Amino acid sequence: MLHRQSVISGVGETAYSKHSGNSVLALHLECALTAIRDAGLDPKDIDGIIPYIGTGVVAEDFVTNFGIPDLRFSATTPLGGASPVAALQCAAAALATGICRHVLIPIARNGASGGRIASRMREAPQFRTVAEFELPVGAFAPAQLYAPMARRHMELYGTTSLQFAEIAVNTRRHAILNGNAMMTKPLTVEEHQASRMIADPLRLFDCSLESDGGAAVVVSRADCARDLRQPPIAILAVAEGHPDSPSAISQRADLTRLGIAKAAPRAFAMAGISHADIDVAEIYDCFTYIVLCQLEDLGFCAKGEGGPFIASGATRLEGKLPINTHGGLLSQAHMVGMNHIVELVKQLRGTAGRAQVKDARVGLVTGYGDMGDGSLAILARD
Amino acid sequence: MATWAMAVWPSWPAIEAMNTHAELPAKPVPDVTPESAPYWEGLRQHKLLLQACAGCGQIRHYPRAVCATCYSIAVTWIEANGAGTIQSWTVAHHPFHPGFKIEVPYALLLVDLAEGVRVNAPLRGDPAGLQLGRAVRLIFENGGQGFVLPAFEYSAE
Ligand SMILES: [Zn+2]
Repeated sequence: MLHRQSVISGVGETAYSKHSGNSVLALHLECALTAIRDAGLDPKDIDGIIPYIGTGVVAEDFVTNFGIPDLRFSATTPLGGASPVAALQCAAAALATGICRHVLIPIARNGASGGRIASRMREAPQFRTVAEFELPVGAFAPAQLYAPMARRHMELYGTTSLQFAEIAVNTRRHAILNGNAMMTKPLTVEEHQASRMIADPLRLFDCSLESDGGAAVVVSRADCARDLRQPPIAILAVAEGHPDSPSAISQRADLTRLGIAKAAPRAFAMAGISHADIDVAEIYDCFTYIVLCQLEDLGFCAKGEGGPFIASGATRLEGKLPINTHGGLLSQAHMVGMNHIVELVKQLRGTAGRAQVKDARVGLVTGYGDMGDGSLAILARD
Repeated sequence: MATWAMAVWPSWPAIEAMNTHAELPAKPVPDVTPESAPYWEGLRQHKLLLQACAGCGQIRHYPRAVCATCYSIAVTWIEANGAGTIQSWTVAHHPFHPGFKIEVPYALLLVDLAEGVRVNAPLRGDPAGLQLGRAVRLIFENGGQGFVLPAFEYSAE
């Protein structure tokens, strides 16, 4: 049981941009140093590292550059965009069993200047199952693979593109408050509706950004974090879940059910709280529809009711469940959701600036990746 | 293994800049494995072959080495009768691969076959007629470089 065994002790981000001018390794080191110093630790205190698979950077790069004397734990969590939150689970497990004391979880990428994410993704082993059969008929990019999930939802439940627009517009509103977001101009529903179709029903403004930059968090064993610089943000619960037919969306019996539907009940049970206790949520938003579907699979509303739930304004800053208060992948930057964890920690510390949710004490962060893998963590300030 | 997948693809601006048919790179062709070879050979004969577990009879798709129900590696191949219904779809407007630049927009269907598995393949017909559950019929198309690919058209009735 990982309940309250570990805390997030430090967070760090670089500036987000379309052209960092730095190497991916340099970006890793920069955000890692920021997170480690934020925690009040020295880089040599790090004794566990979970790098993001696919950036080319490995744990030993940090050993080399920081002179870490005794790295006791390293692992990767290959769940695509669900990796950073899944890495929290991996870190919490390693910390709870006493393997190590302070785990660094970094990600950095030149996702805008370094080449197309859509094409790079298909090189990953997670896509091997479908690549042989679906690339030749013209199904390549995440937008094309996820669009039929959204279409099925729309046809079954009456979900609309205008409801997707509310997600995009609301997220942009929050990005404008952030100060380190790539998108800084307001977005209107009309602009969303007029944006070009990428893979019907997903329009350009239903799709996330491609970004350069880095973000990192440090997870510490609870008893090793009491005297650190920041108020510890406790991990009340963390879980990952894999959907049915995890390597082929096309073969999934229920196209509208993601892996997080399996993980969410485990996490809420571990945390010992109910949905009404969540003050703020950072929901992985590679595409608008994926936000809507996760809110249902998490249990914030019933399956099929995500559209009306979003349209009600519930997820706005002043609503009952403010989400993506930093601007998300849609409007802040695509840091594979590490920026979602960073933002939730800031919210719970009370340092989220103009997007601060008043009295935020308990929050939830999710990850979503590959063909529907999911992860979530429930965090709290004591 | 995956030769096309390992190749560096053209950048987005490069795709945008391609205007003539002559400049278009070839579409990707499958990387055939020992498990999938009968499937591709069947398509060449205009048959959509599905794996049926020799142990328990469970039909599975895409082709793979083991039955997830009884774990048998013994397999027989059955021919799909070609009838199916639409589970969902997308209409691709942006070509994520330069080989598809002159095809957009194209509709890609997820079709529930009568045999209980799904096929992801293009629609040859008017996307305005798309609806969940609509009956479609399997057809076969030249996929280039000796491959035949599945596609669908609306059923006649
Ligand atoms: Zn079997």
